[in-house]
Order: sequence, then structure tokens, then C-alpha cells
Amino acid sequence: MRWVKKGLVYIILSIAALLIFFPILYAFLISFMTGGELLQGNIFPERFHLENYQKAFDRLPLAHYLLNSLIISLSVMLGQLVVSAMAAYAFVFIPFKGRTLLFFIFISTMMIPWEATMIPNFMTIQKLDWINTYQGLTVPFFAIAFGTFLLRQHFKTIPKELHEASEVAGLSKFRFFIKVVLPYCKTSLVTLGAYGFLTTWNMYLWPLLATNNDSVRTVQIGLKQLQTQEMATEWGVVMAGVIVVIIPTLILLFLGQKQLQKGLAQGALK
Amino acid sequence: MKNVELFNVSKSYEKQKEVISDISVSIEPGEFFVLVGPSGCGKSTILRMIAGLEDITKGSLRIDGNEVNLLPPSKRDISMVFQNYALYPHLNVEENIVFGLDVKKVKKFERKERCMEVAEMLGLTDYLKRKPRHLSGGQRQRVALARAIVNQAPICLMDEPLSNLDAKLRAHMRSEIRQIQRKLKITMIYVTHDQVEAMTMGDRIMILNEGKIQQVGKPIDVYNAPANPFVAQFIGSPPMNLATANINLSKQELSIGGRLKLSIPSNDLQSYQEDTVTLGIRPEYLKIVNSINTKSTNNYLDVKVEHVEVLGNETIVSFQLDTYRWQAKWNGQWNVDVGDIVPIAINYESICLFNSASGHLIKGPTQVENHIIHEVTV
Repeated sequence: MRWVKKGLVYIILSIAALLIFFPILYAFLISFMTGGELLQGNIFPERFHLENYQKAFDRLPLAHYLLNSLIISLSVMLGQLVVSAMAAYAFVFIPFKGRTLLFFIFISTMMIPWEATMIPNFMTIQKLDWINTYQGLTVPFFAIAFGTFLLRQHFKTIPKELHEASEVAGLSKFRFFIKVVLPYCKTSLVTLGAYGFLTTWNMYLWPLLATNNDSVRTVQIGLKQLQTQEMATEWGVVMAGVIVVIIPTLILLFLGQKQLQKGLAQGALK
Repeated sequence: MKNVELFNVSKSYEKQKEVISDISVSIEPGEFFVLVGPSGCGKSTILRMIAGLEDITKGSLRIDGNEVNLLPPSKRDISMVFQNYALYPHLNVEENIVFGLDVKKVKKFERKERCMEVAEMLGLTDYLKRKPRHLSGGQRQRVALARAIVNQAPICLMDEPLSNLDAKLRAHMRSEIRQIQRKLKITMIYVTHDQVEAMTMGDRIMILNEGKIQQVGKPIDVYNAPANPFVAQFIGSPPMNLATANINLSKQELSIGGRLKLSIPSNDLQSYQEDTVTLGIRPEYLKIVNSINTKSTNNYLDVKVEHVEVLGNETIVSFQLDTYRWQAKWNGQWNVDVGDIVPIAINYESICLFNSASGHLIKGPTQVENHIIHEVTV
């Protein structure tokens, strides 16, 4: 009886997983098809060949784009971690007048859609002459209310005795931050890091606006370029590009899945 | 070894009512000083003010003669043990123990040496590489203790360090902490709500209630001559029995509820001015009258037993006296049933009398069962 139930659950779960994963799976299969095969409505390619991948890399500086994406995503991730952690530390461990009010104002910026701030941001980086530079693509995203919020909630769970014990031991504020607060909140930092990396990796509109040549362009724009370069899009090639682009995302997801769940749940509870 | 002095120290939050008022006490070097009181009496606040974790609103705190009111905790030469141990969960036992040492710029090999020394003293050598979450409560407690003594601060503050342990372990740790304190000659300031800890550990104890000092003194003196009914009931288990008593100076009599009359020796008469006083007597001084001869005098009382607890080595009997619930503690096992009528004797020598208005002690017990070991062995 128990086995039947378990089997049933597994079957349902497998179907659900297949449904959710289908678009990616199909894209993966398409990436091996020629244009003709695709138009016939085949689901499985006749044979697996890497021609489309070859073409994708030939047509675009895909490796260069990947590198750009990697640099930008990593720097946004690090920037967000540093800025958010420090801001959260101030909100939790440094008492000052109007701290709660300031925090709520800070949090309320989460309600402003990012697109609304795009024009002022664009004008700022234009004035700074940051078009087509890495800093133009990264610096505007360093300070995020969400990250500060997430980390603040976790920092608040640190028992105040730990703070007092390190005060008695004579640790400076910064050392307490480095040696106690950050290791204590490792899971939230991993969560925020992964979140920051993925959002930046998948960003499309801002890199499109802030770049006008290939020098710092990211992969997402590259994908769009694959689509529109010719009259009839070669979907096989586009999908090959897509697969290449999502690989880092998937790797990150597999590596950080445990931490990500833990961290998000933690933020949700408190 | 350093001394700690408090001069008229007060604490209030945001100009509200004082939570600590006018505390003055001098703690001697190498002394084990216990702050004891019910929860909310301000004992932890005093400790935290000494540590520098709370501001002192009024008064002055001196360590070794120097005023330290404005010094940060790390400059006060103290170590501290917290109630929930405050171990760093991401560090293993060894790292936890030496945590404060690298800040104090102790050299690496010396850090290791000192860590091994205290680990051995506290039996932690096998656990040095473990994380705190893999330790039992008692072991965590030891790590916290090790961390406090490893930096060799002359003053150690402890905030209810044993309250998270089970009874057996607590008794064991009591003597262990006391032994370490003696061995290292640390000035110890120890906060607890448990009167047993206060009695057994302290060289001197300070009883607090509602932010005010009730009494300071050696545990045994406090036990024998409590300064007021609060102390009388707080120290000792079961607590001291209290009742209102009337004094009739012309008859030289002290009567409790009109039922029991005790004659007052003429020497004592001049110390009583008031008609009513609060009478207190320790449960162990309430003796059962079992011979007919003693019954002839009127210094006994027939009481109806309401509850009996036989603990094996002693028996605790509860009964109602007027509106007060009293308890008597007798050595050994007594076969008493609920509802039995028992004659209880009260000796004038073993009672305390308190001024019923101010609560001050007027008379302490003069006859205490105080044994001296040489006399017993003869």
C-alpha cells in the first residue's frame, strides 16, 4: 500500500517536473535541429550534431558576451553583498534616532518599479560618461532595498549577547561585522548573492540602453541579435545560444539550491 | 585581583522611574559576591552597568579606585559569562575559547598554551574541534566559562550562568565555579535568582528587591538575621514563616492570634515600643511537642495538618495559622496524615521580630543550631 502511494506521488511529481521543464527541454532538442526539421514539427532531432552551436559562436562574439555577462554579474553580486550587508549592519547594530522610520522609507523604494528609475539612471551614467563601460552596467544596481531587508532580518536574529560578548572581548565594530555577523548569516549572504547574480545575468533592458557597441554587451542582447539578424530566424541557432546562456544559471542553481531554499525560508519566517 | 565599588549608583530609562536606586557597595578583591533577587529586581542591570553594557544614570563606579563610568567594556579588565552562554556558533570550541585573545594581541603559541590549560582545567580537551551545536548544555556552559577565564581578567561577571542546566549538573557546576574562583583568585560578581546558589557560593551576598538593596552580608548572617521580612522569605527553603503578633508589655507577653503566648524576658522589654510586630520563624525551628511534660506550658499550638511532603531525610508539614500558611520542617521521616492535629512548639529564642511598619529587624534568633565540628567529634 505504502509503495503504491509512493509510486503514485512520484509519477505525479515526474509529470509536473516534465511540464515545467518542457520549454527548456524542447529548446535543447531544437538546438540540434535544422530549420527544415523544426518546420515539420518534430520533437526529437534526427541526429545530434553541433552545427547550430558552431553557427551561434561564429555569428556572434558569444564567448566575449559570456565573459562580459560574467564580469558584470559577479561585480553586481559582490557590490550588492557589500553594500547591503553594511547597510543592514547599520540598521541593526547602530542605534540612532529615526532608525525605524529611515528603514521603512528605505524599504518603500521596493515599491517603485525599477523601470521608473531608468531614465534618471540613464542620464546619470551618461553625464558620468559611463556608456559602454562596466561601471555603467553595474554600479546602479549595488544598492538594493531587498538585499538590505533580507540581511537585516537575518542580522536581527543574532543574539544580542554575541554582540555584547564581543564588546567585552574588545572587538571593534568592523571586526565584529567581519568575524561574527557575516559568518553567522552565511546562508542569507549566499541567497542574496545567487539572487543578485541571476537577476543581473538575465537583465536585458538596461544593458541594451547602456551599450551601443560590442565592448561590454551581455549575452541576453546577443540572443536578441541572433534572432533579428536575418529575415527568417534560424531557431536552431537561437536555441543553441539560449542553451549556452542558461548553463551558468543552471550550474549556480544546482550548487546553491540547498542554501537558496534555507535562506529564502529564513527571510520569510522572520 | 581588583576591587569594585559602587557609589550611589542609579539607573533610569528615559527619565522615567528609577529601576535601580542608590546602590552603594564595595566588593573586595578576590571576593565571590552574589547579587540575588527575584526576577525584575534589577540585579542583571547592575551587573551590566559594571560590565559597561548599560549606562550609569547617576553615581559612580570605580574599579581599583579609578572611576570607570565612561570606559567601554573592553577597557574595564573584566570577563563575562552570559546566561545563554553567547558562544559563536560558527566557531569551534577552541576558536571560541581564544576568541578574545587575538584582539588582545596575545601571541599564537601562548594562545594555544592558555587554551589547552583552561581546556584541561574544565575537561574540554576532547571537544576542542567541535562546534557548539554538537555539545550538551553542560559542555557549552564549560566553554563559556573557559572563555571567561582564559583572558585572565581580574574581574569576572556572571549573569545567571547555571539557570539553563538541570538540577544535578547545576549542583556540580556550583562547586566547580567556586573552586576555579578560589584557585585563580578572581573577583567574581555573580547574578542569580536562586537562593541556593547565593547561599552556597557567595562570600557575601546582596539581596535586591525592586532596585533597592535589602541586605548585604555573609550568607549565614543573612539567613540567621534577615534585615526584613522580604529577605526572610527570599532566603531559605521553605521560606521563613511570618505572622502578625501582638505585644503586651504589662504582661510581658507576645501573642500570635491570641492562641499562642510567649513570655518576653525582661531584658528585651525596653526594645519593644510598638503593640504589633511581624513575627518570623524558620520552618526548622517549629518543633513538634511529643512529651506530656512540655505540654503543660502554654507555648505550644495545636494545628491541623493540610499538606505533608516526606523527602526521606526530612518532612515538611504545612498548616494554616490564622490567615497565614506556615510550614514546619522536621528531620527524618514522620508519619503524619493530612487532617491530623499536631502540637507545635515555638521558642522565644528562635523567632525573629520585625517592625510591622518599616519591616526592620527588631530581634533575631538567639539560639541557632550552629555546630562546630570539634565539639561534635569529642
